[in-house]
Amino acid sequence: MEFLSYLISGISLGSIYAIIALGYTMVYGIAKMLNFAHGDVIMVGGYVSLVAMTSLGVPSVAAILLAMVVCTILGVVIERLAYKPLRDAPSLAVLITAIGVSYFLQNAALQVWGANPRMYASVASGTLKLFDGQLTIPYVSLLTVAACIVIMVGLTLFTSRTKMGKAMRACSEDKGAAQLMGIDVNRTISMTFAIGSALAAIAGVLLCSYTTSLSPTTGSMPGIKAFTAAVFGGIGSIPGAFLGGLLLGIIESMAKAYISMQLANSIVFAVLIVVLLVRPAGLLGKYVPEKV
Amino acid sequence: MMKKFFGILLALAMVLSLAACGGNGGNDTPATNDNPPASADAAQPSGGSASGTFKIGGIGPLTGGAAIYGNAAMNGAKIAVDEINALNSGVTLEFQAEDDQHTPDISVNAYNTLMDWGMQVLVGCVTTGPCIAVAAETYNDRVFTLTPSASSTDVISGKDNTFQVCFTDPNQGTGSADYISENMSGAKVAIIYKNDDAYSQGIRDTFVAEAASKGLEIVSETTFNESTKTEFSVQLTAAKSAGADLIFLPMYYEPASVILTQADQMGYAPTFFGVDGMDGILTQPGFNTQLAEGVMLLTPFSADATDERTQSFVSKYNELYGETPNQFAADGYDAVYIVYEALQAAGCSGDMSAEEICEAIISVMPTISVDGLTGQGMTWSSTGEVSKAPMAVVIKDGVYVTP
Repeated sequence: MEFLSYLISGISLGSIYAIIALGYTMVYGIAKMLNFAHGDVIMVGGYVSLVAMTSLGVPSVAAILLAMVVCTILGVVIERLAYKPLRDAPSLAVLITAIGVSYFLQNAALQVWGANPRMYASVASGTLKLFDGQLTIPYVSLLTVAACIVIMVGLTLFTSRTKMGKAMRACSEDKGAAQLMGIDVNRTISMTFAIGSALAAIAGVLLCSYTTSLSPTTGSMPGIKAFTAAVFGGIGSIPGAFLGGLLLGIIESMAKAYISMQLANSIVFAVLIVVLLVRPAGLLGKYVPEKV
Repeated sequence: MMKKFFGILLALAMVLSLAACGGNGGNDTPATNDNPPASADAAQPSGGSASGTFKIGGIGPLTGGAAIYGNAAMNGAKIAVDEINALNSGVTLEFQAEDDQHTPDISVNAYNTLMDWGMQVLVGCVTTGPCIAVAAETYNDRVFTLTPSASSTDVISGKDNTFQVCFTDPNQGTGSADYISENMSGAKVAIIYKNDDAYSQGIRDTFVAEAASKGLEIVSETTFNESTKTEFSVQLTAAKSAGADLIFLPMYYEPASVILTQADQMGYAPTFFGVDGMDGILTQPGFNTQLAEGVMLLTPFSADATDERTQSFVSKYNELYGETPNQFAADGYDAVYIVYEALQAAGCSGDMSAEEICEAIISVMPTISVDGLTGQGMTWSSTGEVSKAPMAVVIKDGVYVTP
């Protein structure tokens, strides 16, 4: 029973990592850049939904939608102002810019909402009790897992079936060729950021509901973990991000429970190193040799 | 060009330092060198022999995550300063508080700012980490330091000039274990502590030692650190499956409030037992105070105590700052009174330097006894540790009551 409890907390933590990792992997797959500000967009999503629920008093569903709208706009604005002018710059410049945006968002949040952590009222409070209360599953965990699966399936269908999704895959394969075929590359990349940021808002609400607290640095550690998950599963691959996130959450939870509380994070990253040594492209990633 | 620039700079520096010399000691009363030895009954403020104006500095986190402690302690200190000044006893106190954001380097900067201002006695720092850093400076500079609430033994160890108003971490751990074994016999205890924090680790160590000698059963012990302080499902599951009915939380209220919320989310409701860092949980913005019902904590101060002095302090604090004072406010208030009593007992005068005052107070500290809000008849050992009795309270309907 104990094992099951640990497994459940691992799965719900992993599902949050997976949703964040989906955002990372989408942007990387299509724009070929690591958007390190993704974790901080999550934090903004958390604050927007908190303000909507506590100060404006709107129901949680409306708060989530509002957070998605605000984050989508934020994501597109960030892309337009910080990344688009660097489209032809070396990838290192874009990477450093992304780190800059990350710090900018953190400090802006510090100014607006202050350093004191806020308590976050869960969007789905209560628990499911099984086996005479031996096993308890918070509803928010169930919601997270369901949301994660829906998003994963939805994204897979979107990229394989719709016209926009096909355009995204075309950009991912070869931007120049895609442009010659009449695809608006800039619009496609903006769209990618919009979708990634909307996912970040959902992840923010679920993350804060799960951890019940929110501060300007809330997004940074889960952001790094989710990036790890994306690499673990094979960056650029949507099912890979899902699998990577889930595995990372379970490994973290099990390592904490059975090996060592202090070493849990080290174990997570050690597993990543081992996987990358054996499969450099990640679990589900395709290894594409660089043409020289 | 460069030479000329330096010349001007040097000249400026000299002029300024001269000006600073001239400004000093203008309005001080002459020293009374032949002071009689301090009277034994130093607890009577009016019978004192100190005179003049003393500059007292305060350091604490006034912004950031620990701001609730720093602001409370400094507000409490200000009330005490105003009360003492209103006594017209010949002693006037000037008080200036500086922010350290609960960060050691910033705290040392704050200390330097206060020294430039001419501070003679330091009431601070409020939190342990910064206090260790600043106490090292005050030890070298010979400035008397009285911390309202930094409770680690590391703050006072090896420094003859640093004293505490609050009880030390070992005292809290021992006190909690004693209280639990006496009043809740047969409790199965789980401990969750923060193992990268001297405060949490210190209390946990003495708690475990005392629990072993009292035969208290510890069924689960788990940790967290700065980067994992938001997620406690594994720790709580471990405690629950080990059958713990009491969870000891030696930590500040901020992670404690997350633990309470997540335990509730899991449907797990043991008794939670905290220490003085738990103080403040009821004023945490957005925290559902219903969850804190039945939480027990060790604190030297309860705002609903019925004695006249506490009542008057609480109403003054309420009037000035619009909230009920917590233990840190009372610690800050007591700290100023303790400094006042010590100055009286040592017969200090306002024109003495910080070093002279420091040496004079150090020699009288082990001899005085002060009645404060946080304890009757507080006395100090020459190592700086206070002796007073801790008190356990339980949260009921959003206020502390004695069980």
